Amino acid sequence: MASLKEVKTKIAGVKKTAQITKAMNMVAAAKLRGAQEKMESFRPYTAKFNDAMSNLSGGANTNAFPLMEERAVKAVELVVVTSDRGLCGSFNANIVKLVMKKIDEYESEGKTVSLVCVGKKGHQLLKKTGKVRKSYRDIMGNFQMFNAREIATDLTQQFLGGNSDKVEIIYGAFQSVARQVPAMSSFLPVQPVEAEENAAPKISGDYIYEPSTEEIMDVLQPLYLNVVIYHAMLEVGACEHAARMTAMDNATSACKDIVANLTVVYNKARQAAVTNELMDIVGGAEALK
Amino acid sequence: MGQQIRLEVVTPTGAKVNEDVDIVNAPGFGGDFGVLANHAPFLSTIKIGTLTYENGNKRESLMVSGGFCEVSNNKITFLVESAEKGSEINVERAMRAKERAEKRLAQAAHQAEDFNRKRAEIALQRALVRLKVAKKI
Repeated sequence: MASLKEVKTKIAGVKKTAQITKAMNMVAAAKLRGAQEKMESFRPYTAKFNDAMSNLSGGANTNAFPLMEERAVKAVELVVVTSDRGLCGSFNANIVKLVMKKIDEYESEGKTVSLVCVGKKGHQLLKKTGKVRKSYRDIMGNFQMFNAREIATDLTQQFLGGNSDKVEIIYGAFQSVARQVPAMSSFLPVQPVEAEENAAPKISGDYIYEPSTEEIMDVLQPLYLNVVIYHAMLEVGACEHAARMTAMDNATSACKDIVANLTVVYNKARQAAVTNELMDIVGGAEALK
Repeated sequence: MGQQIRLEVVTPTGAKVNEDVDIVNAPGFGGDFGVLANHAPFLSTIKIGTLTYENGNKRESLMVSGGFCEVSNNKITFLVESAEKGSEINVERAMRAKERAEKRLAQAAHQAEDFNRKRAEIALQRALVRLKVAKKI
């Protein structure tokens, strides 16, 4: 049986760990609130944007725009959006798992795959595949639209230059505080946005366009791509904090279990020690008689 | 007071402006344009530039960059990547951005790479508009 002192130190140590995980849980909760607010304030922007895109792309000829061109797919680029930091359960691992699955799928079809990692964790977990073309690290903590623009511009250049025929984003979709699932959405070529069925009837015919619809689309599409990237980053930001909150909550309760078990061990050891000492004293007293 | 039009400026970080105004002047793709109440439905892309609006004798300027605007039902909605009032602009940062862009532009002049020059030009434009709007207050 472990000595009294050893058990005591261990209990103190586990309690300190619990303090840290508890604090991390609260920090994650606060940050999650911030991330959710950011998502909330972004929503009207995306909603309007999708409206306009579906209004405009209704009758558009998909091959008229270089960004919408559907080519025979030889090279696929996957954009992997993960968090910069760990300690958030299996969140990043799940995303990477989906990425690996997709890589296998595409390669078995004879396509080449390259990766662009947004967030440090994705880079760390995927660099051994040797497919990472570019990584954006340490930007998830405080990113803005221009970060998304930089990434989107680079991806667009690759697509237009013929280095990739299809670009997809893999990220974590925020469904609720308790549920984050890896998700995939297409990026390039730009898919025509379908209007929702219960959306208001299109009035695009009555609009005055300046310049022409085609030229507007030319300007709008790159902006739309920024929006898609930014959105994925926002979702991952919220997911990261939610996942960390859950992970730290689990860690804290695990610590409490360990402390409870150790306390039992400690008390048993203490009682055994007291009994031993008593026996010694009684034995000594008997011997003196 | 005559009729007014509802002005909404929406950016990725939330709505910036939401109020009734007399007139809106915006940097459209083909040049600046003004919108008064009951304008016909209209859709235009927006360049980097200054958006001004008047409400009574109050006059406000915003720096806007990249996006589009939609007019319908006596409402004008701007969807832009960023919109900043003069008081919100970080003049020092804009100055630095301007210098950086100028330097890059000077370097790019010797190179044939079109893309970098374009980026520097856009950055310079943004910085200049920011400075212009900031001085108006």
